[in-house]
Amino acid sequence: MLIPHPLLGLRDAQEFVYMGDAALIGRPDGGDIATLHNYLYLRDNPAGEHRELWYHEQGDRSWLVVTRNTATHEILGAELARDVARAKGRSK
Amino acid sequence: MDKLLKPLTALGASAPLRKSLGPWELVERVDVALASVAPRRGREGEVARADVPVPAVAASVQGDPWSSFWLTPDMFMVEAPFASHEDIRAHLLGIYGDAASVTEQTDAWVRFDLLGPGLERLMAKLCNVDVVAAPEGYATRTVIEHMGCYLIKRAPSSEGAVTLYGARSMAGSLLHAITLAAGTVA
Repeated sequence: MLIPHPLLGLRDAQEFVYMGDAALIGRPDGGDIATLHNYLYLRDNPAGEHRELWYHEQGDRSWLVVTRNTATHEILGAELARDVARAKGRSK
Repeated sequence: MDKLLKPLTALGASAPLRKSLGPWELVERVDVALASVAPRRGREGEVARADVPVPAVAASVQGDPWSSFWLTPDMFMVEAPFASHEDIRAHLLGIYGDAASVTEQTDAWVRFDLLGPGLERLMAKLCNVDVVAAPEGYATRTVIEHMGCYLIKRAPSSEGAVTLYGARSMAGSLLHAITLAAGTVA
C-alpha cells in the first residue's frame, strides 16, 4: 500500500504508523463529561470512506489525515494534519 | 589543557575512519558543524532572505560556507565547516536573531560519506530509498536496520556519493550495518 504524502509523493505505508480516527483532532475544549467521554471512547466504524491519522514515523515525521476506503483499502487522499487542524480553527 | 583533553570520534577513535568496502569507500566526517533551524511562524521570509540557503522539500543545497538539507516541514539542518563554525549556533543566531529557533546538533550525529559508482546496490540493501530515481541533492529521512538516518544524494548516480547521518550513539551499529550490507552486494 502506498500513501500519497502531500509533500513527498508516494511513500510505502510501512513507513507510517496508524494513529487512529482523524476525529481525534477535534478534542473538546472543556465541555461536560459526556462530551469528553464521547471523544475519548466512541468511534464510528464505517465500511467505506474513513478519515484517519497516519504518522510518518520513518520519514519526515509529519502527521497526515488520510482518507481511506475501509472496504477496498483504496487511498483517496492525504493532507497534512496541521492544515486540517488549522482549517478547523485549532493549533492557532 | 590542549594536551590533556583529546576529542574522540563517534566510533571512539582518535581519528575519523576511512575504509574501503569492496568497490566503495566509506569516509567518516568530523569536520562539519550542524544545527537545525526552525523558522518561527510568520517569519519564514526573513529566514529565506538570510545568507544561509533554505532547502526545498526533500532537497539539499550545497554552498560555502553554508549548506543545508530539509528535515521536515518548517525545519532544516544547516552544515558548515567545523574549523570555522564550531560555535555554529552563535553564528546562526547572529544571522537570524529571533526569527528562527536554532538547535546545535554537531555532536548528536555521526556522518558517513559513501563514495563510488554503483552505490545504488548498497543503498538498496540498506534502506528503501531509490537513489537512482532520486534527483541529485535529494535529502530524506529513512530507516537503516531500525535506526533513523538522514540520507543525502550528493552527486549523480554515475559518480556515486551519498551522505548518511545517523545517531552518534549508534555509530558503531550503523557502521556494522553498512559493512555487512556492502559485504553481501559488493
